[in-house]
Amino acid sequence: MKRHDQNGSPRRLRPRAPRTLAAVLTVSAALLAPLGGPAPSQAAAADGKKVLTVAVAQSVDSLSPFLASRLVSTSIHRLMYEYLTNYDPKDARAIPGLATKWTPSADKLTWTYTIRSGTKWSDGKPVTAEDAAWTFNKMMTDEDAATANGSFVTNFKKVTAPSPTELVIELDKPQATMAALDVPIVPKHVWEKVKDFSKFNNDTQFPVVGNGPFVLTGYKADSYVRLEPNKEFWRGPAKFDELLFRYYKDGDAAVAALQKGEVSFVSGLTPAQTAALQGRPDIKVNDAPGRRFFALATNPGARAANGEKFGDGHPSLLDQRVRQALFMAVDRTALVDKVFQGHAVEGEGYIPPRFSTYYWKPSAQQKLAYDPAEAARLLDQAGYRENGDGKRVGKDGKPINYRILCHATDPNDKAVGQYLKEWWGDLGIGVTLNCLDNVSDPWLAGEYDLAFDGWSVNPDPDFVLSIHTCDALPATPDDVGATDNFICDKTYDELYAKQLAEYDPAKRADLVKQMESRLYDLGYMNVMAYPNALEAYRTDQIESITTMPAEAGNIYGQDGYWSWWSAVPAASDDSSGGSGSTGVIVGIAAGVVVLLGAGVFFGLRRRATAEDRE
Amino acid sequence: MAADAASARVTKTERSGTGYLRYGAGKLGGAVVSLLAVLVTSFFLFRLIPGDPVKYMTGGRQVSNEQLAAYRREFGLDLPLWQQFTDYCHKALTGDLGTSYQFRAPVIDKITEALPNTLILTGTAFVLYTALGVVLGTRSAWRHGRLGDRLNTGLALTLYSIPSFWLGLLLIIVFAVGLGPIPGLFPTGGMESGGEEGFAYVLDVAHHLVLPVITLVAVEYGQTLLVTRSALLDEMGSDYLTTARAKGLKDDLVRRRHAVPNAMLPTVTLIFVNLGRTVAGVILVETVFSWPGLGGLFYQALSVPDLPLVQGLFFVFAAAVIVMNTLADLIYPLLDPRVAR
Repeated sequence: MKRHDQNGSPRRLRPRAPRTLAAVLTVSAALLAPLGGPAPSQAAAADGKKVLTVAVAQSVDSLSPFLASRLVSTSIHRLMYEYLTNYDPKDARAIPGLATKWTPSADKLTWTYTIRSGTKWSDGKPVTAEDAAWTFNKMMTDEDAATANGSFVTNFKKVTAPSPTELVIELDKPQATMAALDVPIVPKHVWEKVKDFSKFNNDTQFPVVGNGPFVLTGYKADSYVRLEPNKEFWRGPAKFDELLFRYYKDGDAAVAALQKGEVSFVSGLTPAQTAALQGRPDIKVNDAPGRRFFALATNPGARAANGEKFGDGHPSLLDQRVRQALFMAVDRTALVDKVFQGHAVEGEGYIPPRFSTYYWKPSAQQKLAYDPAEAARLLDQAGYRENGDGKRVGKDGKPINYRILCHATDPNDKAVGQYLKEWWGDLGIGVTLNCLDNVSDPWLAGEYDLAFDGWSVNPDPDFVLSIHTCDALPATPDDVGATDNFICDKTYDELYAKQLAEYDPAKRADLVKQMESRLYDLGYMNVMAYPNALEAYRTDQIESITTMPAEAGNIYGQDGYWSWWSAVPAASDDSSGGSGSTGVIVGIAAGVVVLLGAGVFFGLRRRATAEDRE
Repeated sequence: MAADAASARVTKTERSGTGYLRYGAGKLGGAVVSLLAVLVTSFFLFRLIPGDPVKYMTGGRQVSNEQLAAYRREFGLDLPLWQQFTDYCHKALTGDLGTSYQFRAPVIDKITEALPNTLILTGTAFVLYTALGVVLGTRSAWRHGRLGDRLNTGLALTLYSIPSFWLGLLLIIVFAVGLGPIPGLFPTGGMESGGEEGFAYVLDVAHHLVLPVITLVAVEYGQTLLVTRSALLDEMGSDYLTTARAKGLKDDLVRRRHAVPNAMLPTVTLIFVNLGRTVAGVILVETVFSWPGLGGLFYQALSVPDLPLVQGLFFVFAAAVIVMNTLADLIYPLLDPRVAR
């Protein structure tokens, strides 16, 4: 049977096609209908509000400052609550915040803070030293309240508030970070009502009482975080009417939103996205020195504080000459050019140059510059020579093949890994890249030879320095320590202890630099690059914004609230990019389509049922 | 033939009361057993994921061993596995899926927060792609071999093979940002602008819904189209259709009243399977359009791993598929009584 015989007259069937089309049109048009409605930034323009919209990708883990640890959450806490001290946007030195001044006792064990008088919480109650004392005491006595910032108070003996403007903290031993206590101070009269700190997320009652430059007025998980300027803020109110963090889980979608003007600011750009945005008249790309370092860490032989060894790091890496040879077989300039496409600075010392006080670089003699021939010589000298097949063999006679732990989600790790395969391959050393979603298990078990490593450094470098001390080793192989790579070096530890107790800034900086020098010579940490922070904002929405450091610094994730507090709206904030009228036109067109679609649909429907009735 | 089929159906209906009950009870029993199996599996399956949630959550921070121990105590990770399992089963049976490690909130709350968002997105897309697939599939089969059929199936196959995230990004660039003469018509992402209430909120969500729904429909309708088309093609040579035409029925009626109902069984299966999947959301589309649904939540839960959240979501996803498949099983006999025989 021929198929078209079954089909009957095509003419009779035809009405179905437009009917389907009409149905689809009607549904689509119904969806299109809101086009006449305002887009987010247009909404802002409609009621005359100047809204600063920031694209974020990371989910808020908690809005309780006692629980939150993610960057997005802690950045929001910086905006909601004033800390005892802040960091100068120019050079990141500690400056007054809630405390106007702070002085240690002669024995360096008692710190007295003068609390700013005359400031108020956003509900009108006065801010006093009692609020700060209560916050610290809560963290010292309730382990749930110590979840996020407990490490700051482990050395605290006693915290009291003798008067509304006086806070006294007594320590067990001297601590150099007393002017850098990154702990949000919360209002006692609100938080003392919280029963279970492990479950209270501070995200149901708005506005949230605070005393920072912004007040949290709305939050919907993975949709938005809304803040309004605190008009009573002691430094003066922020200039935008609203600060809105909006979620873009996909980086390309966030860039599209910036291009459209739907968001004012995007961070964490890739070099390719940066290239796409550069040169656009309404967008400024900020290619700022980063606060991170990108390094290759060596397993120095994992061990616990009780002396027990574990893990399976390659024994050849215990030889300093081998580590230095590996160091010298890495062309860091090539990595900056090829992998980071110029958006990075060549790595040397442990602390990025952005922190000028502590930045250290090796002298010409000390520098382990790229020199494959010298690397080969060092390896020969250490007894790791090439066999007949051109492979370097270990003491056990087997060819050396290093396993490198890499983060599966980080393209830089993989790209650098390919270069290492080539460079170290030329030396006769094999490389296996072990790229995992979750590297922490083999890392903590010491089951790796080398690992891609990187930390975001704080203005006070204490933390990143502490993770290489012997004290940071796990108590036993079954425990988890604070160590990064099981490094334990007596000289380094002595310097660490000295700097922690040194209150003279210049002397302390000198000690820190000596530590960096020691770490460099040991060859455990090959800092290859300091990747830049790549971000962009709309110049038709933001007139100016403070970077940190003020000279060529970054905007997102600053130490302090400078960027969003300082942002000045552009005079002609037509943030919708002129598409407001387009929206209205399309909205009207959509309405017409709805009516037409509905008309056609019902017309054909009538005709069809009439046919059926025949 | 058609008369035979009709009489068989009548006979079956007359004596199928207890048969259907037995059939239905069997299917329901199977579903309950499957749900229990999922409950048990989800507990053990996710303990095979490498990674210690406590280590992950404290990574990058200075924490003392006491703090780590406190975490383990809080999450019940210090208990022996069998005890964790019995606690989990006991709680699950009373409707408590535990507390999310990373969000410090009950798993049920996180799921009920994201579930409606996913249902709005995938539910709307489901209705549209099923309708489009069935209608176009029927038309294609009825006029198979013609240009329209070839265009229909060709387009459906092409769209079906396009990665959804890529299509999503393309739609964002063209219809959200605007390209050439095409203005930016839709938001680039998210589910709402934030702050709207009442009807304005509904319009706002609908506006945000357009591009992700189009992406899902474009990628998904092809499957329904192809299944419907091939099922109907199988029916088209049947004698009962010739009989129906011989009775003088209009072609349109022959198709709608006779051919399509008899060809629906595979399509119904597919529809229910898709309906079950609807709850799981579509992770890639939710990510590209930053839709705050279950897909994104599942991804976040897996990366920790946030065991209670992973388990809870896995159970909800599996339960949705089981329930929908059971419903399909229960509906089959109504479409074709031979199934319950």
